[in-house]
This record gives sequence, C-alpha cells and structure tokens, in this order.
Amino acid sequence: MDRFKGIRADLPFFAAIFWISGMYLLLIVGMLASDLWFAVTHVDSKRFIEILRDSNIISSVKLTLFTCTVSALFSVLVAIPTGYILSRYRFRGKTLVDAVLDIPIVLPPLVVGLSLLILFNKMPPWNGPSFEEMLGHSFTYNVPAVILAQFTVACAFAVRTMRNTFDQISPRTEHIALTLGCTRGRAFRSVVIPEAWRGISTAGTLAWTRAMGEFGPILVFAGAIRGKTEVLSSTVFLEISIGNLEGAVIVSLLMVTIAIIVLVAVRIWDKGNGTRFLQ
Amino acid sequence: MIKVDQLEIRAGNFRLQNISFEIPGGKYGVLMGRTGSGKTTVLEAICGLKEIISGHIFLNDRDVTHSRAGERGIGFVPQEATLFSTMTVREHLSFGPKVHKWTKQQIADRVEELSTRLGIANLLDRKPHGLSGGERQRISLGRALATRPAVICLDEPLSALDEDTHSEMSDLILRIVKETSVTALHVTHSRQEAEKMADCVFQLVDGKIDRIR
Repeated sequence: MDRFKGIRADLPFFAAIFWISGMYLLLIVGMLASDLWFAVTHVDSKRFIEILRDSNIISSVKLTLFTCTVSALFSVLVAIPTGYILSRYRFRGKTLVDAVLDIPIVLPPLVVGLSLLILFNKMPPWNGPSFEEMLGHSFTYNVPAVILAQFTVACAFAVRTMRNTFDQISPRTEHIALTLGCTRGRAFRSVVIPEAWRGISTAGTLAWTRAMGEFGPILVFAGAIRGKTEVLSSTVFLEISIGNLEGAVIVSLLMVTIAIIVLVAVRIWDKGNGTRFLQ
Repeated sequence: MIKVDQLEIRAGNFRLQNISFEIPGGKYGVLMGRTGSGKTTVLEAICGLKEIISGHIFLNDRDVTHSRAGERGIGFVPQEATLFSTMTVREHLSFGPKVHKWTKQQIADRVEELSTRLGIANLLDRKPHGLSGGERQRISLGRALATRPAVICLDEPLSALDEDTHSEMSDLILRIVKETSVTALHVTHSRQEAEKMADCVFQLVDGKIDRIR
C-alpha cells in the first residue's frame, strides 16, 4: 500500500517530463512519417526510381557528400584549437570572442550568405581588386563557396562542442604528462586528444549533418546552379520551385537516410576504438 | 634533496610569498595546511606547473626554478590519481619511459618490475574504468616512479581512500619510497598521515611555512 503511495506522489513529475519530451519526439516522427506517407501515396516505384536516377540529383548527392565532408573536416580542425583555447585560458576580451564565435549560430542564414558575398566581392575596402578578383573569379558561385558557406555555420557548432568537451577533461591530465617529460604539444597529442576523442567525433558528426542541412548561405553565396553548386538542400528548393513536390519529398527522405547512415556509422566506428591510431 | 628558497608564487588572484623549506635527500617530507591554504600551489610550483615570480627551487643542488616540468626529474602523484582514461595500465607505466626514449626492452623490464612491486601485474591490460581507488593510486604511483625520478611529489594521495585502503597505501608508499631512495614531498591536511609517514613536517599557515618536526 505504502509502495503505491510513493509511486502516486511521483506520478505528476514523471507524467510531466515524459509528456513534454514525448510531444517533441512526436513532432519529429510526425514530420518524417508524413513525408514517407506522401511519397508512398503519390510516387509509384517507377517514378521513384526515375527521380533517384535523375542526373541532377545524382550530381547533387555527390556534391553534398563531398562538400559536407570537406567542411566537417575543416570545422573539426578549427574547432579543436579554438575550443581548447576557450576552455583552458583566461584572457582579456574572452567573453567578446566567445560571443563572436556564436554569431554564425544566431545570425539568420541568409545574412551569413549575404555577409560572405560582400566580404568576397566588396572587400578589401581600399581601391584595388576584391578578394573574388584576386582569386580569379573562382570562388563565389562555385564549389569553394558552397564549402565556405557550410563551414561558416557548421564550425560554430563544432567549436561549441569542443569547448564543452575540453571543459570536461581535467587539466590535471596534461599536468601529469608535462611532469612525465612531454612538451605542451606532445601532451596535447598523446593525452588530451585521445581523451577528447568522443567529443571530436560528435563535433565532426554535428558539423557534417549541419553542413548538409545548410541552405540559406549557400543559396546567396554559391547559388543553386544545377550541376555546379546544387547540393541536396538546394535540390529540394529547386524541385519545389518548379512544382515537383514528389521530387522534393523523395530528396528530403534521401537526406534523412544519408544523415541516419552517417550518424550510425560514426557511432559504430566510435565504439570500435576510434582513438587507437592516435596512441 | 628539495630546497625551496624565498619563493613567491601567483596562481590567479592567489599569492604566496617568502616560502622556504628544505627536505634532505632520501627523506620523506610532509607539507600540511588547511584546505585553500596554498599547499597544492607550492607543490605544483616545485613540479613546474605554476608561474614563479621570484625565489629559487633546488633539486639535488640543481637550480630548476625556470626548468620545464619534464626536465626537473620529478614524479607527480595527483589527488584522486587522475589516470588517462584511454590508456591501459601498461600504457600508463610505460608512458614516461616512452617519452624519455627508453628502448622497448628497457620499458618492458621496468613495467614488469613496477607492476610486481606495486601488486598490479594482473591489471596491466585493463583501462582505469572500474578500478578501485587503491588500484588507481598504485597505478598513479607507478606512473610517477617509472622514469626513476630523484624526487616524488604527492598531492593528498590518500584523501579519497577508505580506512583500510588508506593504511595499506600509506605503508606501500613508504616502503617504495624507502626502497628507491627518492626524496618525497607529500601534501596533506591529515595530521595522522604526517605523523605516520614523515621524517620532517612543515605547516603552511597564512602564507608562512613553519617546520613543526
């Protein structure tokens, strides 16, 4: 009797937390399920294969995989030292630096694209060629612009993840490595990086998936040029703009599938001693 | 021998001045003080982990005040062991020798010798996760002694252990320190520990050091 009294007392608490998280979970599952339902009821198997075999979509998938991988790698390379500095050192203006690094997260995506466009085409402010001209007009509306647009936003998420990761690793581990004869660099490579491996893997995955979902900055800075700068997010936009809702839904489901494959693959690799090669 | 002469240290907003004491070679020194008195800061300064404003640190008559931590020849045993979570016990014991470019054979011999002496031979292929507090401290001690340092600094090494393990570990530390003839500096707030282990005892109160034994 007393046992049930205890459970009854906690019931409102459990009901509240499960109801709140359950509602959000339901929203996500509902979105995906409705996409799936729409595809199943509106696209027959012949049309489905036709859409997946479309040369524009194939090239878009290839470009998405390439640009997301490159921007995720760059994001991790930048996020590791930046997150480490933010976590370990105190310096004047740190709060400001911290806030500036969050700007790509809070800025509307279109503004990120517009700012990149102005940076490359209207800067430097003094007379002379712009950065775009210095690069021989090879950046804006080209693949490097897709990567930079993805990187700008994805890296901010990776930096945040890495900072939290380093915050959770005791500086003591480095101190011990230093007393054992390591230089700062070797202590970082041999002790800190292996300890931070899960965080690095999470930062990389987050950056990759974030890059795949990026659309606004790419549209403004790189355009959505078929066969040239078209990535999967721009394909969805292009298909909707020509009234091909079925195509847009199939591509959306393709993006979900790719994201799930990447997330699962990284988790499996992570479990299989991903840090081995670092030691 | 550890000799600290008129040391001034800063750690954040915390500052210690005129810190002087000496522990003769091969002796076991204990530095006592309340929590927050700065005893760990003194220990870390000796290990080369804290910025020194003025004064000198001598280890076996060698002035190491401005030497890098790894060049001082000090083994450091931190509070609560602080092991490397991704390394096996074997990798912990061989880490220092590897950094100092010992040969594979020398490393293997040293790992075997230390693991037998510390009673952790059965744990060599395990990672720290799931090991007991006593086992973790043994590994930490082995890691610190692996390169045969002349001096060993222990930062409250027994504070996180239960009563039985505390007594067992203090006996082990004393035995190993005497066998290897290293000079030890042990920081603690426990008077019992000091009485049991120390050849000489210093107390840090209000930024000043007094020798009390």
